[in-house]
Amino acid sequence: MRVSRIWGALAGAGVALTIGAAAHAGGVNRITGAGSSFAYPLYSAWADQYSKQTGVQLNYQSIGSGGGIRQIEAGTVDFGASDAPLKEAELKKQGLVQFPAAMGGVIPTIHVPGVKPGQMVLSGKVLADIFMGKITKWNDPAIKKLNPGLNLPDLHITVVHRSDGSGTTYIFTNYLAKVSPQWKAKLGFGKAVQWPSSGNVGGKGNEGVAAYVDRIKGAIGYNEYAYVLKNKMNYADMINKAGHRVGPTAKNFAAAAANADWAHAPGYYLMLTDQPGADSWPITGATFVLVHANPKNPAQVKAVLKFFDWGFKDGQKIAGSLDYIAMPMSVVKMIQKTWQDQVKHNGRPVWQAD
Amino acid sequence: MNDSSAIAETSSGLHPVTAARLRRGRRGDVLFRWATQTFAWLVLLVLGAIIVVLFRGGWPAFEHFGAHFFVSSSWNPVTGDYGAASSILGTLVTSAIAIVLAVPISFGIALFVTEIAPRWLRRPIGIAVELLAGIPSIIYGIWGLFIFAPWFADDVQPLLSNTLGKIPWIGQLFQGPPIGLGWAVAGFILTIMIIPFIAAVMRDVFEVVPVTLKESAYAMGSTRWEVARKVVLPYTRIGVIGGIMLGLGRALGETMAVTFVVGNAHDLHLSLFMPGNTIASSIANEFTEADTLMHRSALIALGLILFAITFIVLALAKWMLVRMERAQGESA
Repeated sequence: MRVSRIWGALAGAGVALTIGAAAHAGGVNRITGAGSSFAYPLYSAWADQYSKQTGVQLNYQSIGSGGGIRQIEAGTVDFGASDAPLKEAELKKQGLVQFPAAMGGVIPTIHVPGVKPGQMVLSGKVLADIFMGKITKWNDPAIKKLNPGLNLPDLHITVVHRSDGSGTTYIFTNYLAKVSPQWKAKLGFGKAVQWPSSGNVGGKGNEGVAAYVDRIKGAIGYNEYAYVLKNKMNYADMINKAGHRVGPTAKNFAAAAANADWAHAPGYYLMLTDQPGADSWPITGATFVLVHANPKNPAQVKAVLKFFDWGFKDGQKIAGSLDYIAMPMSVVKMIQKTWQDQVKHNGRPVWQAD
Repeated sequence: MNDSSAIAETSSGLHPVTAARLRRGRRGDVLFRWATQTFAWLVLLVLGAIIVVLFRGGWPAFEHFGAHFFVSSSWNPVTGDYGAASSILGTLVTSAIAIVLAVPISFGIALFVTEIAPRWLRRPIGIAVELLAGIPSIIYGIWGLFIFAPWFADDVQPLLSNTLGKIPWIGQLFQGPPIGLGWAVAGFILTIMIIPFIAAVMRDVFEVVPVTLKESAYAMGSTRWEVARKVVLPYTRIGVIGGIMLGLGRALGETMAVTFVVGNAHDLHLSLFMPGNTIASSIANEFTEADTLMHRSALIALGLILFAITFIVLALAKWMLVRMERAQGESA
């Protein structure tokens, strides 16, 4: 009797909440976002399905991570998207809340005559030396030692990098800085760095790098996994932290992601590069979403949170089909708690996930 | 002003309807004058506003780096150290290549179309040149990257490296990895892009040379080259220089096509075959992702420098014209 009354009250409150939520969200039929071009295919696929189900449309400008951060700070969009996470202090200063939306891998792409995709393997140190201009020929002893079975040509290595600032570069250079102390000291990491080797080439966007690697004999670049798959690019395997040879597969990205200790990362500031684990792909990264902690337009932000909640749950299949790694449910639970604790209007959560 | 008051005086003695029409006409005149004046001032206003905005945006970079900004080729977003030297040099070198190659070719085209070609051929060639001018620059960029650069890298560049590249001193201009991306290819693509502009202007001004002048020269026994060199060119030099400046202006500011083939590396070197960059392509590449104040400011400062370069080029052209006119006056 008592139990059922409590349940009844709870159910009633639940219904009231849902109705309230529906009425509130009913006013919002368009949310706006801007930023990461890496995440753009995923968000637009999610938005397409989501608007069919709910009528809420997403207007997303794929202007790059830096632009996304600028626009959310200026408050011209409901959410910003960035592949490079902001540090906790920066979040606090700007009054922003950050959470990861999906994960993916960055792959060294190569153009070496006579070498087929996945035949070559590189270590982090060798990769760093190539991009620093210390290894300049494909038949360098360091590469030969890793690939004793391959017939490597006496060919000049042309380094291809991103000419625009990019989350892909952020993830890639973060990895190189972790595995090569010299890289860390000389170059550091960021959305753009001062590429050291003379005669290197910069391509605009993932497409630009892909086009140059395809064009130039002896080139090496780095691309998002989706571009490698779509353009059937030639790539190299990597040796990971555990010393195993791994290929760029969704399974190996997920292995790296599973290691990620999101619970102990303040503001979800976490780089997934060089993770332990036998199968972990070493150059893995996440793409992030930024919303205001105390939004002036709570109804809009609520619609944003609902959209990503839907994406985490119902959008997993879409993410997989586009070669992104969906966030594991344990992490989604953490993110929901973050929303509840940190995204507030007048001291009350903007939205509570169920 | 004097004219209109004169009309007013004479109109007083006219038939009332005519006078009213004249008054209306005068009002229209005043209105028209105001409207055109406003448009003209608007140009100056916009120009001034652009300078102010560029200067204010670029000031943090100028203030922080000082003269170092112009001579350093460092471009390091991680440490926030920026220098414009590689971009400035790239802009000047690619535009210089384009002008050096495009001017003689355009001159040849214009001369052929106006003087030498049979009548039935003139119009088709003229229209073809104008059509070339209408092709969007991105098309030239794509063509440059996928068709021209590979051919240049595989067939032309090794040849040049093995011949011109062996000459002491200037040889280093022609050394570099055969990848087909760099100053040289960017300059060639720019050449093709500005030829139609220069050629079209040259053809138009060559056509207005009075036939009697040319016929007189021919009658004196001049060859075609002598007529072109000593009659056509002096008569049209203002127009010709105007056309060259138009082409140079386009080459200096061209963005997309250059970004495709220049290689986009902030790298200071002396080889035409090594990847470099230009001011316009640096801005196009990096502006969207420049999220620190100094990075954005450095890019806007680059914009101001490009503005200044264009201004200096135009001023030089004007000065040259004035000098030429004076020399002409003295010799005459």
